[in-house]
Amino acid sequence: MAKYRMHLLVCGGTTCRSSESESIRNALEESLERNGLENEVKVVSTGCFGFCDKGPIVKVIPGNTFYIHVKPEDAEEIVKEHVLNGRRVERLLYLEPEKELLATGSKEIGFQKKQIRIALRNCGFIDPENIDEYIARDGYVALCRCLTEYTPQQVIEMIKKSGLRGRGGGGFPTGLKWEITAKVKSDQKYVICNADEGDPGAFMDRSILEGDPHSVIEAMAINGYCTGASKGLVYIRAEYPMAIKRLRIAINQAKEYGLLGKNIFNSGFDFDIELRYGAGAFVCGEETALIHSMEGKRGEPTFKPPFPSEHGFLGKPSNVNNVETYANIPVIINKGPEWFASIGTEKSKGTKVFALAGKINNVGLIEVPMGTTLRDVIFKIGGGIRGGKGFKAVQTGGPSGGCLTTRHLDTPIDYDNLLAAGSMMGSGGMIVMDEDDCMVSIAKFYLGFTVDESCGKCSPCRIGNKRLYEILDKITKGEGTTEDLAKLKNLSEVIKDTSLCGLGQTSPNPVLSTLDNFWDEYVEHVIDKKCRASSCKGLMKYVIDPEACTGCTACARACPVNAISGERKGPHTINQEICIKCGTCMEKCKFNAVLLQ
Amino acid sequence: MELVKLTIDKKSVEVEKGTSILNAARKVGIEIPTLCYFNLEGMNIENKPGGCRICVVEVQGRRNLAPACATEVTEGMVVKTNSTRVLNARRTVMELILSDHPFDCLVCPKSGNCELQSLAHRLGIRDIPYQGEQSTYRKDTSPSIIRDVDKCILCRRCEMMCNDIQTVGALSAINRGFMAVVAPAFEMNLEKSPCTYCGQCVAVCPTGALTEVDNTRQVISALADPTKTVIVQTAPAVRAALGEEFGLEPGSLVTGKMVSALRELGFDYVFDTDFAADLTIMEEGSELLDRLTRYLSGDRNVRLPILTSCCPAWVNFFEHNFPELKDVPSTARSPQQMFGSIAKTYFAKKLGIDRNNLVVVSIMPCLAKKYECQRSEFLTDGNPDVDFSLSTRELANFIKLANIDFNSLPESDFDRPLGESTGAAVIFGTTGGVIEAAVRTAYELYTKKPLPRVDFEELRGLEGVRAATVNFDGLELRIGIAHGLGNARQLLEEVRDGKSQYHAIEIMACPGGCIGGGGQPLHHGDASILKARQKALYEEDRNKALRKSHENPYIIQLYEEFLGQPLSEMSHHLLHTQYFDKSTQIVIE
Amino acid sequence: MAVIKLPESKVQQLKNICKSFNNDKGELINVLHKAQEIFGYLPAEVQEVVAKELNVSVAHVYGIVSFYSFFSMVPKGKFSISICLGTACYVRGAEKVLDEFRKQLNIQVGESTPDGRFSLSCLRCVGACGLAPVVMIGEKVYGRVAPEDVKGIINEYANL
Repeated sequence: MAKYRMHLLVCGGTTCRSSESESIRNALEESLERNGLENEVKVVSTGCFGFCDKGPIVKVIPGNTFYIHVKPEDAEEIVKEHVLNGRRVERLLYLEPEKELLATGSKEIGFQKKQIRIALRNCGFIDPENIDEYIARDGYVALCRCLTEYTPQQVIEMIKKSGLRGRGGGGFPTGLKWEITAKVKSDQKYVICNADEGDPGAFMDRSILEGDPHSVIEAMAINGYCTGASKGLVYIRAEYPMAIKRLRIAINQAKEYGLLGKNIFNSGFDFDIELRYGAGAFVCGEETALIHSMEGKRGEPTFKPPFPSEHGFLGKPSNVNNVETYANIPVIINKGPEWFASIGTEKSKGTKVFALAGKINNVGLIEVPMGTTLRDVIFKIGGGIRGGKGFKAVQTGGPSGGCLTTRHLDTPIDYDNLLAAGSMMGSGGMIVMDEDDCMVSIAKFYLGFTVDESCGKCSPCRIGNKRLYEILDKITKGEGTTEDLAKLKNLSEVIKDTSLCGLGQTSPNPVLSTLDNFWDEYVEHVIDKKCRASSCKGLMKYVIDPEACTGCTACARACPVNAISGERKGPHTINQEICIKCGTCMEKCKFNAVLLQ
Repeated sequence: MELVKLTIDKKSVEVEKGTSILNAARKVGIEIPTLCYFNLEGMNIENKPGGCRICVVEVQGRRNLAPACATEVTEGMVVKTNSTRVLNARRTVMELILSDHPFDCLVCPKSGNCELQSLAHRLGIRDIPYQGEQSTYRKDTSPSIIRDVDKCILCRRCEMMCNDIQTVGALSAINRGFMAVVAPAFEMNLEKSPCTYCGQCVAVCPTGALTEVDNTRQVISALADPTKTVIVQTAPAVRAALGEEFGLEPGSLVTGKMVSALRELGFDYVFDTDFAADLTIMEEGSELLDRLTRYLSGDRNVRLPILTSCCPAWVNFFEHNFPELKDVPSTARSPQQMFGSIAKTYFAKKLGIDRNNLVVVSIMPCLAKKYECQRSEFLTDGNPDVDFSLSTRELANFIKLANIDFNSLPESDFDRPLGESTGAAVIFGTTGGVIEAAVRTAYELYTKKPLPRVDFEELRGLEGVRAATVNFDGLELRIGIAHGLGNARQLLEEVRDGKSQYHAIEIMACPGGCIGGGGQPLHHGDASILKARQKALYEEDRNKALRKSHENPYIIQLYEEFLGQPLSEMSHHLLHTQYFDKSTQIVIE
Repeated sequence: MAVIKLPESKVQQLKNICKSFNNDKGELINVLHKAQEIFGYLPAEVQEVVAKELNVSVAHVYGIVSFYSFFSMVPKGKFSISICLGTACYVRGAEKVLDEFRKQLNIQVGESTPDGRFSLSCLRCVGACGLAPVVMIGEKVYGRVAPEDVKGIINEYANL
């Protein structure tokens, strides 16, 4: 990077690209050329910075100046003002909501302050399509050291010592998993990277693959060395075309550099990586289902044991880890397991990446040490709730997780605490909800997802989740009974207890956690027939305020079912028996006399 | 052998490593209920998807309940099969399954023989608290099999049979989640799929999702029609299984009672498909000898090995999957069709009636026979050689319907002339039987010497693929036997690739042969029933005065009076057939 | 005998795809991805050819196609509209946006307009949660879509 006096990093993550970061990059390059700066300043398209809500983002190095909501037409100003004259373009700087201060450098932003970036260390710093930039930041050093300095067992010991646990949701100790696969004797073994990120509202793995694909490749090779596998497979969602493209480029570059292929670092170790595509089935995140899918079959899970470490892809021992887990590996080797283990809580070491979304100011990708409280994540990093509304709940763990509430805000986040609170780490989706969100509807939303995504193999998941959904639907329509609440509970518990795979074993969590934490809201729906968030249409009624109504008859004329009656110039009324709750009357009323109750 | 000690419901038990909790529990008299699990022991047919979750049990130290069928025991394991937690879970899962199942038990063909129904009864289900939408699909009727998949509980047994055992590939699990079901591609009708109608899916279906087409009403109408003479033929495997439907021990031979029952039902003549089996041996055996002698005399255009052609599901199978081999199997029609053909010509003439006024009914262990008798090549001016084919199960129901106390019926004999048969014909009902019968006759025809021994033990058994060599007075005749279409496929691929070492191959589509046919009383996964049926057939063979087809006096008479000799022009016309290419053709537009 | 009719060039293309994966049935999903890329969807005829080439039953192929939501047996509209229903989009009102598209186009999810111009589908999280609610038309992403914007978005395509 030394050749240039300045670098302009343009975020090339999915969110920013969706908002034309490509055009910004082009505009910047054109502008540099116009000003004769193309040999002094370089524009780099990087992976996700994480601060998606403020995208598209441009960062200037040196100085770490962080420009947000950049448009292609701002390019000229950035080049003229900042690059040529050394003056920051103030109108594009980020405004700290609490302090009302302009943050001049990225490190000053509250969003960044509480974060430690291990898995995301390179995202937003390097050009993911250029292996040299990865190498410049200690890339492939860990692989080299493993192959030349350590035995496989020594590496496994390091991973075990680091305390790293699977980041895909289950939290199984990674080192132990490697050790089990390593011990099984077989002529062929596989290491598999699970990149089938399917949680609605989670995009951690995507960002890592798009921003730093080499870290995953390097880690898989280390994994292969440790377990005795010469073949790696990445199972990646077909819906992630950019991640696929960058991973392909990275694999080819690694091959060119001899970092994949035969006899890597002259160690006699061979390793290659192939891609397999998912085809839109959430259940394929479950490792046995994933393996079946890679074999060209329906993505249906099978009962464990046997575990993939004994009987995996094509019946051979296979080690499955997810993208984020892998992204931690090279750092653990380079900085030492002790360093890694010094971060986090007693049983959960290191950091965790979360995709922060929902009713929060700073939507984006964050990485925090295990043990950070939800409060810090939501209010310090996330910048609090959008539009000054009240915090109601945060959903972690996607469809497998639960909704936590105010009383959990000071809970340090780790695997065990989240589980104890009735949720789970999951892959790291974190959706924040405010007072406008109806918790019964949220539970229904997740169950709708599970019903769509259940493979159908086992009866509790196939039929049970459908019944859960139907009961929730009934409740949101105002037709629920107290008996239904008891059914929800029993059904949820049985589904958890009897389902074949992790999907069914966790799918009732959104129901159970909302029953636990928002019981009053269920009772209101069932007994008082009210939805406090005003989100359940079936429980709402349109009424006309007789004080405000002028009797203009606009509503009555517009009503498609003639539910509104009244004398001209006199107050009108809505016949609730006929009303279909379409809301037309409210749209038509010029006097705000139609109310939704 | 490594032993593992564990405790189940406070009883300690020691079993071999690798045993499932289900089987370990059985050892101490604990019968854990199952639904999707299915195992024909010793025949390599097992279905263990762990999907229904009925057999869940509590294992100490495990977070979730474990399926007893798929969980292997471990040393020191502590299992509870009847704790409150288990009983509540099992009941709730059952209630869920029933909530997506039609409530039409009263009119369901499977009622009384339905595993789901029995289980609901056993678990004491009295209401369905979790009601909601039910998954519905189009009903599909084929000549042999009815699919009413609203009743499918996704146990996947049929899928396993159709794919893993039979390698037919007509069925697959389709869709996912609540709409997942087992169906042919694109939910097309079975009739358009490569289904062979072997009926093994029906034989293992625990509910009424897959049942046979019931032709009993048509038979009753024919019997009631004074203008019709109605005759019946019974396949060999029926007599070894029918008794089970009346509470008799598996393997009870009920030939005599069956004949009496058929007479009471009003059939004008009760004949035996075995007669036609003897006729089949005459034709097929002669064809084998003909090909063999031509081959030995140097004719390289002869297709060897010869393949048997008695099994209609097998015929469908090669027409779909190996059309390039359609001139390899024997051209001899199946016994059912030979019988029909002779009945509607020779016998009708004897009675002096028009074939249109003669109704031929067959009682078969098979569902493919229903399709076979409708094949257009077996119709004369639109009139079929065999009018209706009933399964063993349908006959049992028919007998019950007619208020006949089967068990107290006297035994009686088949009518003549089409009721006489030899022991060779009886064993047609089991794997290895057809080829043994053929060998008995071919040996004597070829060597012109009497057989030194009639029983060919080397051809018997239940191994999926068997091979034996029989010495024909110096000529080593190499014989292959396969039952189950997956096993047949192996032998066929050898033939296709020119690697087959055999002179003759017997193939039966169903595991065990016709004794395990798709129309037989349901064995519910008990392999000992198949073994008992097989034993019964060999026993009947042993007790017969005549045991070689060519010694059947009425067969001799038939050739003398009507056909001339085997492979004569008349025989070709009435007793032989041709095969068709039924594979999917990709035509370029 | 079932007869499947397809133009020669397409049959050849399919055969080549299968061949590029060594006619390995383990590669079925990859083959179907490629086939869908070329044909836009996977009609029964295409599945029959793939089954034959990979030596698996067509029921098996259909079992796969009907399992994975990425595969479709119906052709998509000229402009394929996908509404993200991931959680982030859901809590920011994606359902209302979807309702508006349904209303404006007068079709249900999974259907195409009679003129074949638009088809409507849902997807789960495109990973652009920062822009929630998100709508994709072809490759183009629309962020922070409100129900009021729907008419305008559709109109952008009216004359294309």
